Amino acid sequence: MKKLGLIVNPIAGMGGRVGLKGTDGEDVFKKALTLGAKPVAPERAANMLKKLASVKSGVTLITYPHEMGADEARVAGFKPEIIGSITSGKTSAEDTKRAVLDMVKAGVDLIAVVGGDGTMRDVYDEIKNAVPVLGVPAGVKVHSSAFSTSPEAAAETVMKFLWEELPLQEAEVMDVDEEAYRAGRLSAKLYGFVLTPYEPTLIQGMKVASLEADAEVEQQKAIAKQVVELMEPETVYFLGPGTTTRAVAEALAGEKTLLGVDVAKNGKIIAKDVNEKEILKWLDKGECVAIVSPIGGQGFILGRGNQQLSPEVLKRSGKKNIWVLATPQKLSMTPTLRVDTGDPNLDKEFKGYIRVTTGYRETRVVKIS
Amino acid sequence: MKYRQARWTSDVCLEPLVFELGGKGRRGTFSREKLLSDPEIPEGFIRASINLPELSEPEVVRHYTRLSQMNFGVDSGFYPLGSCTMKYNPKISEELAGLETATNIHPYQSEETVQGALELMHNLERSLAEIAGVSRVCLHPAAGAHGELLGMLLVRAHFKLKGEERTEVIVPDSAHGTNFTSAAMAGFNVVVVPSDSRGRVDIAALQEAVTKKTAALMLTNPNTLGLFEDGILEIAKIVHKAGGLLYYDGANLNGIMGKARPGDMGFDIVHFNLHKTFSTPHGGGGPGAGPVGVCKSLEEFLPAPMVEYNKKAKRYYLDYNRPYSIGKIKSFYGNFGVLVKAYTYILMMGAEGLEAVTDAAVVNANYIMRKLEELSDYEFKYPGPCKHEAVVSVEPLKTEKEVTARDVAKSLLDYGMHAPTYYFPPIVPEALMIEPTETESKEELDRFVDALKRIAEEAHTKPEKLRSSPTGTAIGRLDEVKAAREPILSWRMYKREKTKDAEAPPQEIKNDATP
Repeated sequence: MKKLGLIVNPIAGMGGRVGLKGTDGEDVFKKALTLGAKPVAPERAANMLKKLASVKSGVTLITYPHEMGADEARVAGFKPEIIGSITSGKTSAEDTKRAVLDMVKAGVDLIAVVGGDGTMRDVYDEIKNAVPVLGVPAGVKVHSSAFSTSPEAAAETVMKFLWEELPLQEAEVMDVDEEAYRAGRLSAKLYGFVLTPYEPTLIQGMKVASLEADAEVEQQKAIAKQVVELMEPETVYFLGPGTTTRAVAEALAGEKTLLGVDVAKNGKIIAKDVNEKEILKWLDKGECVAIVSPIGGQGFILGRGNQQLSPEVLKRSGKKNIWVLATPQKLSMTPTLRVDTGDPNLDKEFKGYIRVTTGYRETRVVKIS
Repeated sequence: MKYRQARWTSDVCLEPLVFELGGKGRRGTFSREKLLSDPEIPEGFIRASINLPELSEPEVVRHYTRLSQMNFGVDSGFYPLGSCTMKYNPKISEELAGLETATNIHPYQSEETVQGALELMHNLERSLAEIAGVSRVCLHPAAGAHGELLGMLLVRAHFKLKGEERTEVIVPDSAHGTNFTSAAMAGFNVVVVPSDSRGRVDIAALQEAVTKKTAALMLTNPNTLGLFEDGILEIAKIVHKAGGLLYYDGANLNGIMGKARPGDMGFDIVHFNLHKTFSTPHGGGGPGAGPVGVCKSLEEFLPAPMVEYNKKAKRYYLDYNRPYSIGKIKSFYGNFGVLVKAYTYILMMGAEGLEAVTDAAVVNANYIMRKLEELSDYEFKYPGPCKHEAVVSVEPLKTEKEVTARDVAKSLLDYGMHAPTYYFPPIVPEALMIEPTETESKEELDRFVDALKRIAEEAHTKPEKLRSSPTGTAIGRLDEVKAAREPILSWRMYKREKTKDAEAPPQEIKNDATP
């Protein structure tokens, strides 16, 4: 019997309609209520479950009480196995974290998380990669690629994952700094990577869909091979965050901090998780190259998750010393790339076209808008 | 019109393999002993044993007849497989290619005895050169991709002789997958350029991509969206100015014959697909042929031998004296039978006929496009008019009803029409690439549009039916994932699969006639 965990964040998405850009924090939640915000997530959860109802006899739905899943499950016709306890009407991030831990203990095959980036961040904090998760979009900020495009699409993916074979990929858990967002600045941070099922898409240029489970991983290895071949001795390379740059580090027989900028030279990782100051020091000593890849589902190659590559760093390196890596699958999701260095003039310099390494001896000319 | 295909099944599968039929001692006209003692085969060349199935003649005939009934080809019905140009193959081409003087000659017999064959190849070369606006044509390549590879090898030879190190080949993102591969196989790095909002090559991006490292740009015109690259003259200028060469993928030649010539557009290398444009059988119908034409400056690199005519002696001969040739890319001189069929076709059509072919092909594709534009469930991402093929997106059906391009394509099979190409080119979501060719009448096109209309209606009322189509064919929806992951491509592999859990190791076939 398949086991599906379900966590609904009942307050996710309530900030959006009243313009609050999120509901992290009790004060913000209270303000949203006074502004007349109504819950959004329960309905989304119910929509997903209604679509899933056709297979309900083949799956054990494990969920938390009341508005954190049980209510929505019953509405959709499920008879869920209810675990844990909450105070109805007063749920918080703590409940999400407990729920997800309990579900892992219960041995679920997959956890459907109905919420937004904030909810996913809480899930990630607790269980990291222990169990695959699938985001059902209901939040205000939904930047992470762990989210399906809609509740209905999520249901499809759940069914395919549980019954057929779907590969898993690492999806970035992003979180936008809400305070900054409210002040008009978009500053997203890369939190980590969760495992999420995905449907293999057509790889650019192939007549038949490449259906191998590790196609993305293989493509990253190919990119890594190319990058390593292009590395020159004595040149310092900054490897930005992401799974593609991690593949480069692995090709150099090193380990990489997933979220930080690591430094490679002469075929070895020589420093980990460096900050802007240290990077500037390296730049003082000689030629450096920054290797980045698009972070999140928005196609940002600079300014999201790799703020250590500050405007100062970028100005000193120059556009030609920035190498961009991305698999064709990644690019098909974001055909245009973006930069948000923090310096509008610098951003303008990057506008136009850039060459992206997409495989072994394969590059693509991509627009930066 | 309704369609129900024959479906022959045994207890476990569709029609068994021929190796699984028959019985010991059964034979056709000649016994095994007689074959093995054939006096025409010299001592030492006769096999000790043959592991061929033993069937009587009627058993063989019925087996292949059953298979043919579970097949679908251009002779069966409409076959709008985009980019493939599935036009009708005239029977007279088959007849002439089947003449003894075409089938029973040997590539090494003396030239005096095969003057007709050489003349045919010579004339075919001249015809293709005229159609494409190139100087010489090599008839050797056995397939389109093979022609592409030859083209890339010619590019490499050209720069080697010049002493220039050019490592990159540019390909548009809408290109056929073989373009990338052929370039890579010839040792080049591939640079992909995006298409613009009109579906054509993004000229600004191209300017960014072209450098001193550019060896060539590979282009299809009309492109895989069926749209004419109207910036081609500028594109040619950009590439030539940087010292690069221009390669033409001839897959879509059906869209421009008699109207425009790749050579005149500035292409230095042109490949042809005889099994597409020139109506030789496609796919399982026989081998292909991908001749490659070149401009004057690249002639010297073409593979040997080329067919030449000695005016004084008034005879055709094979010229092996080609010191700068890149070598051989195929044994002998090409797929001769295919060349005969293509030549027959060209002779039958003549120049006006070929132009009329393009006229009809383009009109047919545009007719379908106009008709489908009236239906809200079918979207055209790029404005028309198109040339010989149109790419439509069924994204509206996907978003509203979770009905995909694959579902629509497979549903057409139940109307007795072959599915169009789907999910290609990859830059159009839920794409159906429709190429009617000039073969079809207006009635057939109307039937096709009507079928698509009904399918769209059913998408709204009973989408499950579409998702489980086709139901009227010998084989229903295939498990494409399994087919890609666990293909069984030969009799040996099949036996291995079957005896996987048995103790007996798979039997090795001693004199394996299967490829």
